[in-house]
Amino acid sequence: MSENLVDIHNEKLSFFTPAGEVKALNDVSLYVRPGEILGIVGESGSGKSVTAYSLMGLTAHPGRLTGGDIYFNSHHINRMTEKEMRRIRGNEVSIIFQDPMTSLNPVYTIGNQIREVILLHTKRTKKQANERACELLRLVGINEPEKRMKQYPHEFSGGMRQRVMIAIALACEPKLLIADEPTTALDVTIQAQILELMMSLKEKLDMSIIIITHDLGVVAGMCDRIAVMYAGKVVECGTTDEIFYQPSHEYTKGLLRSIPNLYEREHKKLVPIQGLPVDLLDLPEGCPFATRCPNCMKVCMKHMPEYTYLNDSHYSACWLLDKEKFMKKQRGALT
Amino acid sequence: MLWYVVKRVLLAAMTIFLVATITFFLMRMVPGGPFIAEKSISEQAQAALNAKFGLDKPVYVQYKNYMTGALHGDFSLSLKQRGRTVSEIISSKFPISAKLGGVSVLIALAVGIPLGSIAALNRGKWLDQVIMVIATCGIAFPSFVICTVGMYVFGVRLKWLPTFGLTSPLHYILPVFSLAFYPTAYITRLMRSSMLDVLDQDYMRTARAKGLSWNRSLFKHALRNAVLPVVTYVGPMLAYTLTGSFVVEKIFVIPGLGGQFVSSIMTRDYTVIMGTTIFLATLLILMNVVVDIVYKIIDPRIQLK
Amino acid sequence: MTSKNPLSFQLNTDDFLPASDEEKQNLIKMRPSISFWKDAMRRLCKNKVAMISLAVILVVMIFSFIVPAFYPYRYAQQIKGSEYLHPMTYSEQEQARMDEGEKVFPHILGTDNLGRDYAVRVMVGSRISLLVGLVASAIVLIIGSIYGAVSGFFGGWVDTIMMRIVDIIYTIPDILLIVLLSFALKAPIAKLAVRKGFGWIQVMGPNLISIFIVFALLYWVGMARIVRGQILTLKQNEYVTAAKALGASNARIIRKHLLTNCIGTLIVTTTLQIPSSIFTESFLSFLGMGVAVPLPSLGSLASDSLNGLTSYPYLLMAPALLISLIILSFNLFGDGLRDAFDPKMKS
Repeated sequence: MSENLVDIHNEKLSFFTPAGEVKALNDVSLYVRPGEILGIVGESGSGKSVTAYSLMGLTAHPGRLTGGDIYFNSHHINRMTEKEMRRIRGNEVSIIFQDPMTSLNPVYTIGNQIREVILLHTKRTKKQANERACELLRLVGINEPEKRMKQYPHEFSGGMRQRVMIAIALACEPKLLIADEPTTALDVTIQAQILELMMSLKEKLDMSIIIITHDLGVVAGMCDRIAVMYAGKVVECGTTDEIFYQPSHEYTKGLLRSIPNLYEREHKKLVPIQGLPVDLLDLPEGCPFATRCPNCMKVCMKHMPEYTYLNDSHYSACWLLDKEKFMKKQRGALT
Repeated sequence: MLWYVVKRVLLAAMTIFLVATITFFLMRMVPGGPFIAEKSISEQAQAALNAKFGLDKPVYVQYKNYMTGALHGDFSLSLKQRGRTVSEIISSKFPISAKLGGVSVLIALAVGIPLGSIAALNRGKWLDQVIMVIATCGIAFPSFVICTVGMYVFGVRLKWLPTFGLTSPLHYILPVFSLAFYPTAYITRLMRSSMLDVLDQDYMRTARAKGLSWNRSLFKHALRNAVLPVVTYVGPMLAYTLTGSFVVEKIFVIPGLGGQFVSSIMTRDYTVIMGTTIFLATLLILMNVVVDIVYKIIDPRIQLK
Repeated sequence: MTSKNPLSFQLNTDDFLPASDEEKQNLIKMRPSISFWKDAMRRLCKNKVAMISLAVILVVMIFSFIVPAFYPYRYAQQIKGSEYLHPMTYSEQEQARMDEGEKVFPHILGTDNLGRDYAVRVMVGSRISLLVGLVASAIVLIIGSIYGAVSGFFGGWVDTIMMRIVDIIYTIPDILLIVLLSFALKAPIAKLAVRKGFGWIQVMGPNLISIFIVFALLYWVGMARIVRGQILTLKQNEYVTAAKALGASNARIIRKHLLTNCIGTLIVTTTLQIPSSIFTESFLSFLGMGVAVPLPSLGSLASDSLNGLTSYPYLLMAPALLISLIILSFNLFGDGLRDAFDPKMKS
């Protein structure tokens, strides 16, 4: 376990708003090994971004960790002071955000914003930082870096801006890059370019990536392992093959079922997941997916399912899996 | 860039010209003249004065004469203050108002910007509420209330401060306080709402993700963006404040341009009215141009058109 | 990773039966949806400062419109011998009458230099301030919103010209226009005042009329700019294109679709325009260009009080305090309205 780059154990996080306690994360557990790409998928509100931000200590104001432990690169994150956290942000772990249009400060040059992170974490002079910045821009595929450095964000296109964000994120050669919906705001063709860029950089710099998305196509092409989240809980986690070819949780199955098939001969109706997303202010006691699950049992509504390991890498939180084991046990006891 | 400057100058000249024209004819539309009210003058003397100042000529001729003179920098003599040119009057009164106004604006900025930022940072907490109530009082209380009450409390009752004239630094305190009250309050409110907007922006999150401390990301990233609306406000505010507030100058008996302007309106001193109006309009436009340039320096997104 | 804990509670086979649809339905709790207006009203009512301000405004309204009708003194009534009385004191004559058993209503705020009861003058003064504020704001609202809506809706060169006019109006010093106008209008208004049915002009004073005219000429520009800005944004919306495609006339589009969506902004801006108008009126009255004597305005009362400031400070304090209170309450209430209508606010 301790050789994992990231280890999150039973994380619970809530936002204490005037309207009540919004339980954003309810017992999230996952891990990332060095050099691997983990994809976190789920719908809006499932807690994907919240998990990533908590890893960097960037949880927004009324939010607080209410349980669990977070380990990163042998740092015990939830026990660290703000000052210690600042040293690893942008340095050992970086994040790129969803909307490149608004993630860069419009009043400073690109060069200034890249230099900022270099000068913050390394002992370089301004001139050296400039050289390094040009190097980074070339790395992410931006030509004429010397000229581009002096330009402002509004002079770049969306795809270029995201490249700049990547350059900023990689400036200090982090061990982990978190990409929060990096391509959602971009055109599909640019999307492909950015994802390819990220994969090639991962090889070059030997880092791990956590990619957060609601797009199953993206994770299928990129990730080694996938964690599926629903209502603040990791409901299933496994290798990409396991998730796509042997999904075991009803939610995962529902997601895969809802993808339209390109090669379908007849016109078939789309198969969405029944029901509405759960209200995080008012979580039910049992499995959060209970009301939408086609195979919901009585126990599902009363008790939160625990993880069942299907093999070393593949686990899922579902009473249906328990049922099989339970049945086997029963039969075993009877005979 | 050059084309931009030329365009601005032409536009400014046109606006000043229009304002001057409107003022000129507006003045002439008003019944009565500068010399009618003076009791000590006989009709013949009145006619003589009118002739001297060219007031007996048809209005259009007077207009043409005035404008030609103005273009050459000659704003003629004051009709009421015998022997003094309008330029002389303005150049003697303006510095007084300007000193007062300048100090007030500096105070307004020095107090308003930090106060508004503090309120934004403590949003919802009692510090924010206290600052906002004070700021709202600041924009609500009319200037004459501030002046008179301030004068009463500090000048009459407590006798700490002098109440008229500008002979010592102590004399500046009450007028500056009264003059700076409204702008400070306004800037505080403006800064607060602007800062709240900026704090919500994604680039603030990027700054923190890089490892910047809260304070540094505030000073470097937030402040520069948040201060833009204040810059827009300061331009015209500076023009009005520098040319003096009539109320403040009247109550504290300060011989500034604001008081001069209103009294010249009352006494129908046409030339002084024209001169001061043109001066004010020019100053206002100049300030707007300065503000636009400063804005462009701070925010590179702005296209100068 | 946590390994699976041994079952800490008893499960039996029954629990593994499928759940019925009914049981699932019970788990779903829907929250009722609220309309935009109700939501805004709810937020407004929760805002303590705004509610207190509203209460103050209502109290002042009662104070200025209703109380003077029942008050034992009239605002123009000069009581000989009762000049410059301090609050709650009596003149010699009044003292004498009281000794004879007559009930004399106390001068709660004293009297002024002509022996007029100050309390009722302050009340009537605030009535004038409120009336002027409301009427002037109504004028600004009507002219400004129509002008701004037309300019924003048509865009192009219509917009450019209309906005240029606005810029020029902004540059004209308002004091100049007010004073000149009041001079210019004095004669014609005086002539109008003697005609039948226009007697009220005499009471209000020609200056007040000029103030209203000046508002109609000058002060609507701020409202016009704001409305134009709103319209420009709303114009982009698709329902406008849809309405056009269905053949709606321009007037109908402006009226039904654009202006109705601006209503929130209109309400807030008008509410905040009221204290501004009151401010301007009191400022002008202070300078002597407001209401005609003997009608009091809070501004003119303050101005008149300056002569005897050292000896009779209450003559300044009462109107000054009241005008500040009125303007402050309207501002705070307007702020509260703005916060209530803005859905982006995180409460």
